[in-house]
Amino acid sequence: MSDDISEQELLDRLRAGDKAACALCIDLHGAHIYRLALSLMKNEADAEDVVQETFLSAFKHIGSFEGRSGLNTWLYRIAYNAAMMRLRRPSPFTLSLDDALEPEIPAMVPDQLFEWCCLPESEFETNETRSFLQAAIEQLPEKLRTVFLLREMDGLSTQEVAEVLGISQDAVKKRLHRSRLWLRERLSEHFAGPMGV
Amino acid sequence: MSTETHDCRHLLADLSLYLDGEASATVCAEIEQHLQDCENCRVMVDTLRKTVYLYRHLERPSLPEHLRQQLFKKLDLSELI
Repeated sequence: MSDDISEQELLDRLRAGDKAACALCIDLHGAHIYRLALSLMKNEADAEDVVQETFLSAFKHIGSFEGRSGLNTWLYRIAYNAAMMRLRRPSPFTLSLDDALEPEIPAMVPDQLFEWCCLPESEFETNETRSFLQAAIEQLPEKLRTVFLLREMDGLSTQEVAEVLGISQDAVKKRLHRSRLWLRERLSEHFAGPMGV
Repeated sequence: MSTETHDCRHLLADLSLYLDGEASATVCAEIEQHLQDCENCRVMVDTLRKTVYLYRHLERPSLPEHLRQQLFKKLDLSELI
């Protein structure tokens, strides 16, 4: 089956139990779901369980998917709930994570103002820098990390992230901004260190 | 920022919208005016922009092949692996 069929056609075929459509759906969305699961579960074995549960559940309940959101948003929501169940945490659909909880996230006033962005490009292209940044992303506070991953690494819109997590679009924007500030601070420490700043 | 002013804090809150091109024309003008006079905030904007650039160019993990195969087998899709 070609990868460039419309989402509506893919949905129609999934609802009809078309095996090739199931395979295509996994190939189109599997990596995204895996990245979300890995970010939440923090280990590969549990992330793999979440991915399997997500697709098994999605294909079983595809008839109840009304198409008000995109298929990707729906799959993310199933994966997010599956991960929360495994972590024994409340689902965002039973606990409203609204802006009132935002003060739990530490204030993000920068204290590193070393101008590292003008370092030679070779400083940024090292495996060490990439590993450091990857580790910093994994260390983002959980509330920030999930928004960051969906919005920045998987390219969902602000509205789609809000739908997946059951939070307001304003909360998505604030958490994304705080994620960026947090990562900027970590990178500043990283680059300032060897320079003795 | 140890020498920050009210304007610096105000700018900090809107910086992501500014970098994403989502800030209003008024906010953009305020930020750009402020950046002309505030070295700290200029560093802040430059390093934040670079941060976004760096993480957007990180390699993303793909679906492990063994997991794809397991999933296909569970869903009786083995002939499509």
